[in-house]
Order: sequence, then structure tokens, then C-alpha cells
Amino acid sequence: MTRHEHPTPGCRDAPVLRERGQREVFCGLTGIVWLHRKMPDAFFLVVGSRTCAHLLQSAAGVMIFAEPRFATAILEETDLAGMADAQEELDRVVARLLARRPDIRRLFLVGSCPSEVIKLDLGRAAARLSATHGPALRVLSYSGSGIETTFTQGEDACLAAMVPALPETPVRQLMVAGALPDVVEDQMRGLLDGLGIAPLALLPARRADAACAVGPGTVVALVQPFLGDTRAALERRGARVIDAPFPFGEEGTTLWLAALAREFGVAPERFEAVTAAPRARARRAVAQAAEALRGKTISFLPDSQLELPLARFLTRECGMRAVEIGTPYLHREMLGPELDLLAPGPVLSEGQDVDRQLDRLRAARPDLTVCGLGLANPLEAEGLATKWAIELVFSPVHFYEQAGDLAGLFARPLRRRAVLGLEPAP
Amino acid sequence: MKLAVWTYEGPPHVGAMRVATAMQGLHFVLHAPQGDTYADLLFTMIERRGARPPVTYTTFQARDLGADTAELFRSACRDAYARFRPEAMIVGASCTAELIQDDPGGIARALDLPVPVIPLDLPSYQRRENFGADETFLQIVRALAREVPKAERPSVNLIGPTALGFRHRDDIAELTRLIGETGLSVNVVAPYGARPADIARLGAAHGNVLMYPETGESACRWMEKHLGLPYTKTVPIGVGATREFLTELAEMTGCAARPDEGRLRLPWYAASVDSTYLTGKRVFVFGDGTHAMAAARVARDEIGFEVVGLGCYNREMARPLRAMARDHGLSPLVTDDHLEVEEAILAAQPELILGTQMERHVAKRLGIPCAVISAPVHVQDFPARHSPLMGFEGANVLFDTLVHPLAMGLEEHLLAMFREDPEFHDAAGPSHLGPHAAPPEAGLPQATGITWRPAAEAELRKVPFFVRGKARRNTETYAGERGLSEIDVETLYEAKAHYAR
Repeated sequence: MTRHEHPTPGCRDAPVLRERGQREVFCGLTGIVWLHRKMPDAFFLVVGSRTCAHLLQSAAGVMIFAEPRFATAILEETDLAGMADAQEELDRVVARLLARRPDIRRLFLVGSCPSEVIKLDLGRAAARLSATHGPALRVLSYSGSGIETTFTQGEDACLAAMVPALPETPVRQLMVAGALPDVVEDQMRGLLDGLGIAPLALLPARRADAACAVGPGTVVALVQPFLGDTRAALERRGARVIDAPFPFGEEGTTLWLAALAREFGVAPERFEAVTAAPRARARRAVAQAAEALRGKTISFLPDSQLELPLARFLTRECGMRAVEIGTPYLHREMLGPELDLLAPGPVLSEGQDVDRQLDRLRAARPDLTVCGLGLANPLEAEGLATKWAIELVFSPVHFYEQAGDLAGLFARPLRRRAVLGLEPAP
Repeated sequence: MKLAVWTYEGPPHVGAMRVATAMQGLHFVLHAPQGDTYADLLFTMIERRGARPPVTYTTFQARDLGADTAELFRSACRDAYARFRPEAMIVGASCTAELIQDDPGGIARALDLPVPVIPLDLPSYQRRENFGADETFLQIVRALAREVPKAERPSVNLIGPTALGFRHRDDIAELTRLIGETGLSVNVVAPYGARPADIARLGAAHGNVLMYPETGESACRWMEKHLGLPYTKTVPIGVGATREFLTELAEMTGCAARPDEGRLRLPWYAASVDSTYLTGKRVFVFGDGTHAMAAARVARDEIGFEVVGLGCYNREMARPLRAMARDHGLSPLVTDDHLEVEEAILAAQPELILGTQMERHVAKRLGIPCAVISAPVHVQDFPARHSPLMGFEGANVLFDTLVHPLAMGLEEHLLAMFREDPEFHDAAGPSHLGPHAAPPEAGLPQATGITWRPAAEAELRKVPFFVRGKARRNTETYAGERGLSEIDVETLYEAKAHYAR
């Protein structure tokens, strides 16, 4: 593992450009779109406006027609008049919802900008509804509003809201926090089993009744970089968080597993035996997919907080050069191990003033730009190749077996530009 | 509070964005929290625009609320003007900003920018997207349109097309051609493609063509009152409506030249023998008021279908739609609750559904053919090819659109003939869905208390799957009305005879 240890220079102390202004980002409500699939017995009820419903519809695309387990209680004029009314209305909507969906075991009341500005107390509503409909139904609340959260921070707020309600355990165990696609979760489980690291708790658990407890014996590993509040909430419950690079690419996955192996006293021979084959596979797959990426420059506009770990993967394993790495929020402590691995050079920016950031982007003209769907086509029309960022949150991209696919997601737009023989009409 | 999974319309500020994005040289400053920029992707992805919508969002966050959100709006306005140098600006608030009451109009006026700044009032908790578009365009016209000398050559304005409008791009092209053939010219198309300077010269026309009442009627009424511009009331979708529209236009402008109908194919296609099987096919129509009413007229009067359901989601069009439904002998459905629409479809058991993206999915689930005739729509209904709904080419497009989802006459005949063959047997389902098709009768309500004798059940299965649901329902209704508890083959055919048309 020594070849991964690079104490030299890194970006840990690099200056960060902090900007405020117009932000071209999603709000935290978007997290519902993938979270509800991970928790099949949960329902997410947004208390918000028609805008919130419209956003979910736009973000969920075709999924909206499959009876998804999320909906919006749209505030109407009468709800804005008096607070008491709104709480009663909410009870009525929840009762109607539960009559339609009696299979629901967990209900999340999700706060929005409008519900927060009118100071609708969803925490109180959750406690009241838990008392009314419990114990078969657990009701929790969190905020996914744009005024509080950016995109993936919605998942952070949701998981953090679950932590205080987790049962207490003194057992020494590993908890992995962050929603992963099932296929990736199973691979991770296989690796941890192979290393003999047990027992394992997952946050979020697939079902309300699945054992997921926390306590002073709990060691937490995060699989997503956007879980700052969840991390703090777990620490408040006495758990200890292991900061490591995030499991993207061959190197990231190995370092992530190695940090856990050290913590749980796994013998180096066993580590080698379990990881050697998938590591070699991942290296081969990345090498193949990354051919189109080698020597190319890349910029990230802020979106998901995945930007730093992905820039680390693309620069170190795929031979790209980062120009600017923008992130909505930079958690220094949690991303320290990532910053250590990142070669100095790129502009690190936190927050956004989109027009100024686009000025920098147009001046730098990177070979590939990672950005949201509102910007992707306009930038393509300006001749810049783009990779839309949301796909990186939905697709299986973590751990060894997905490393090649992850590189492929970035290579495809460049290969496509090379393949298309037509100049777009002016 | 209203529980909603799907909404037919977005909030009113999205309507304002549709007007701003349609225009050139206009910039919209929207007081809105972080995250409301999601709406940009409707334009960049669904409509596939190659430029960002001309909208600056203040993107306030929680920490700004204690401080001065009004200052945020002030600086956003100033910066947007400095960067984009628009000829005019519109300013407004999204739903959350409406609650914090910063008064965008007042703040922007105080900045004293060197261009017109038009304040918008968008009541987010009462009104919706179409209202937002209509109101925004009205305010722009009120602020910028002036009395100007009439153009020498008689001309009209095309009013109502916006960004994210269903087939607006091609309707403009088709109407421009049609109007040119009458001897008129088009003065201004607005808001689609217009600059603020163009709005100022709307009054040079001799009248307005109101293309889409949902997004242009208020402005047309205002121009009628203040600029003396009459406007057309007929929306030229379908052959009959197009001819009526041309008559109306001739009366309005005095230009009576009749465009060449040589390229119009719908009447002959509908008359040709292959279309005979279309007679009396039961169609359910739902969408925005304008498109639903136009499609119902074409369906009944020009293709020969029977309209068995008619509704719209925008209550602004409820009155004319109700009148039309009465004319068809139907009870109108004015709702924005997609579950109600689904129930009505189930009750009507149509053989074809004409609707929005949502009805397309309901139809898929029920195994009923469907065509999309109205927004909201997905990316595939902003096609690369020319596909208007208005005028003669629009009629041709409509014929294809309405008829394609039904099996062609010969194909249907063959299906019936070969129904016991392996490719066409019951469980095969629609071939284009492959092995993933839902069981053909899934989702149909089951009558209670009436049992089917095995022989009758077997006979029912010989009915082609796409009309079997109706046959089952008719037979059960027939049996129920006669107090029968069992259905045998006899009952099946009695019912068939009873309902025969």
C-alpha cells in the first residue's frame, strides 16, 4: 500500500476561492429521487409549493409515472393564513396518504423553502404524527430546502435526521453511511466479509426494522463526501469516524478499505489476498476506458460535492489535468485525505457566482466540463465538451468493479465528439 | 394543502420564464432561493435550447434571510443589467420570495436603470404556469406597446407562442406561410423571437392572430382596447377551424385571397376506404383547453371518431370547454388531478386517448393506443422535423398523429383473422412492447357479483385484446341491468347486439 502514500505537496493548504452570487444548483429535495428507491418502506412527503412539486417532477423524469413513494403537499393560499390550520391540513393529507399506501413504515416530512419561511414546525408535526400512527409508522422530518441545502446535502439532512432515533449499542461494529446502489452495496459487503470486518451496519438501512444501531463502539466509514451533518450527528452518539479517501477508482477503493483494515487489525496478507484480483481488474478496466482522457484538461462546476474525489480519480488514475474544481461546499476535515492526494495546480472554488465562473471557464476552455443540465447544452453550443453531473449521483460508480464505468462516463462525451462527423449548424 | 405527485402546470414564474426565454434582448431578474434554477433545464434539455434562459436568480439562502435579501435583489438587478445590457427587464418573485415580501418592482424602480423595468405580480399560491405566461406578456405589452402609424401593406401580429410551447416553433412557420398566401404579411411574432423594440411596433399591424389563448389572450384584449387591434377568435387547428380562421381573418383585414389547399391531404385521407374502420372509434381527449377542444373537433368532424370524454387541466379555459362538451353530449372534466383523469378514462373505456405526457403513461398501463396533443410533453415532442398542428400542414400532421397509434385498417382485419395464431394470441400483447407488455386487461375494474361461465369467458377471449375490456364491461353492464348473475355466450352476444353501433 506504500505506493499510495504521498505526503508531498497535495492541496490541503491550497487557497480556496470562495464566491457568492447566483448559484446554478439543485436544492436538497432532489435527494428524494434516489433515497426513496434505497428505502422501499419509506415515503417522502415534501411540504412545499407547486415549484417543489414541479422540481421533483423535472428531476425524477419518467420515474414519476411508476407510483413513486414521494409526493408534495402543495401549500395553498389558505395554508398561509394561520399556522394552526396548516398543522391540521398536514394531518389530513398524511391520513389520506396512509389510507392509499398502508405499506409505508417510515414517513419523512421534508421541509422546503416556503415551509421554512412560514416557519411551519415539521418537527412537531412529525412527533404528533408518530404518536398518532405509531408504532407501525415512524415519522421523521428534515429540511431539503434550497435555502438550507444544495443537491446531495438533502441526503445528508435525511440521514442526520435518522441518527438520533437509532437504537443504542455498545458493540464494536463498522457502520457504512451513505446510500449506494444495491449492486455496489453487495460488492462492498463481499469485500468487508472477505477482510473479516464485522458486524456491519448500513445507514440508511433498507427497511425500518433492519438492525441499525449506533454507540461508542461504532466506527463509521463514509462512502459519500457530502455527509458532514450525518458525520457530526454520529459523533454526537459516540461513534468515531474514519476519514479516508472516498472509494472511487482503484486507488480510492484500496485506500478506503486499507483505512478500515488498519482499524480492524486485518493482516496485510489477508488484505492483499482479498483485494489483489479486483484491484488488477479495476486497473485494467480504467486503463482501457481512460485512453480518451489522458492528457486532457477538466473543470468542475459545483454540484454534488463529489467533485474533489472525482478530480483526484481522474487526475491520478486517468491522466487528466484539473483546471478548476468547484464544489458547493468544502468540508476540509472530511476531504483532507482527498486534498492530500490532489496535485497542486487547479483553482479550488467553493460556492458560486455562475456568470463569473463561466467567464473563467470560457477563458480556460478545458477539454471537458462537468456541470448541471441547465448549463450543459449551452456550453456544448459554445463548443465546450460537457459531462452532466447528475448521472454521477444516480449511476453505480463506487468501488472496484465500477472504476472502469466511472472513467467511461467521462470518456464517452469526448469519444462522441470525435465520432460525430458533422459541424453543428451555426 | 393539496397532495400531488404529478402537476400539469408549473408555478407562474415558470410561465414568466417561458416568455422571457422566447424573447430576445429581454432579461428576467427573479427573486428566488437557491435551487429554483432547476427550471433552466426545461429549456436547455426538453426544448434543447443552446443558450441559457435569460434569467438571473438572486439565489438567497437561509443565512441571507436575517440580513438584507432586498439588497441581494438590488445587486442582482444591477449586475444583470451591466452584464447583459438588455433593452428591457422584467422583475418578479418566485413562491418563496413572495412570502418574504421584498417588492421586486419597487426595488428595481428605485435603481433607475436606463431601460424599462417591468414588474410582475405572480401569485404563486393561487395561479399557475399558463397564467404566469399570459400575465407576463400582458405586462410587457402594456409597458412597451405604443400607438404607431399603420404599415402600408396590411399585416397582422402572431400572438401567444412562447418557449416550451407545444409545437409553437412550427405553428409559427405554418401560419406565416398561410397568412402570406392570403395577401397579408406578418408584422411581429410575439413573444417568440420578438425584441422589446418589436413589442413597441405591434400597433402597426391591422389586427392580431391569437394563436394560443392560454398565453396571449390578455395581451390581445389589451391591444384591442388600447391600440384598436381586433383579434381572431378561432384557433386554426384542423381543416374546419383553419377555413373558419381564414374567413375571420378576411373579415378582419379585408384581404380575402384564399390560400391554395393543394397541399392539404387530411380530407382525402379521411375519405379513403382504408379510413372506414376509424368510424365511431371511441376517443378520450384531455389537455390544455385550446388543444383539447381543437383535437375533439378534428376527431369527430374530420376523422369520424366518437368523442367519449373531453377535459382540460387549465381552469382558465373551463367555460368554452364546458360548452363544447355539452355539444358532444358529454360531462366536461376540468381538473388538474391526474388520478381523476385516470378514473374518467377507465370509466369511458376509450379505444384511443388523446392527451398529454401523463395520459400517454396511463394509456400504456391500460394497453390503449394514445397520441400526444398537448403540453406538458417530454423531449420527444420537441421534434427535429417540421411538425406543426396549425394550418393545412398541421391538419396533415394531425391525421397521422391521431391515426398511427391505431392499427391500420388492414392490419386490424388481419389481427382479427389470425387471432389464434401464436403471434397474435391473447397474452402476446402489443408487439412493440415486446415481452414486457402488461397483461392486456390489467387495470380494468371488475364487476362484482356476476360470474362468467367458462364458455362465455372463452368466447370473450376471441375478441381482440384492444377492445376486449370494452366488451367485458358492456356485457357486465348489460347483465347487471337485467339482474343476471351469470354470463353465458348468449348474454355476450345479446350485449354485443344491444351495444352495436
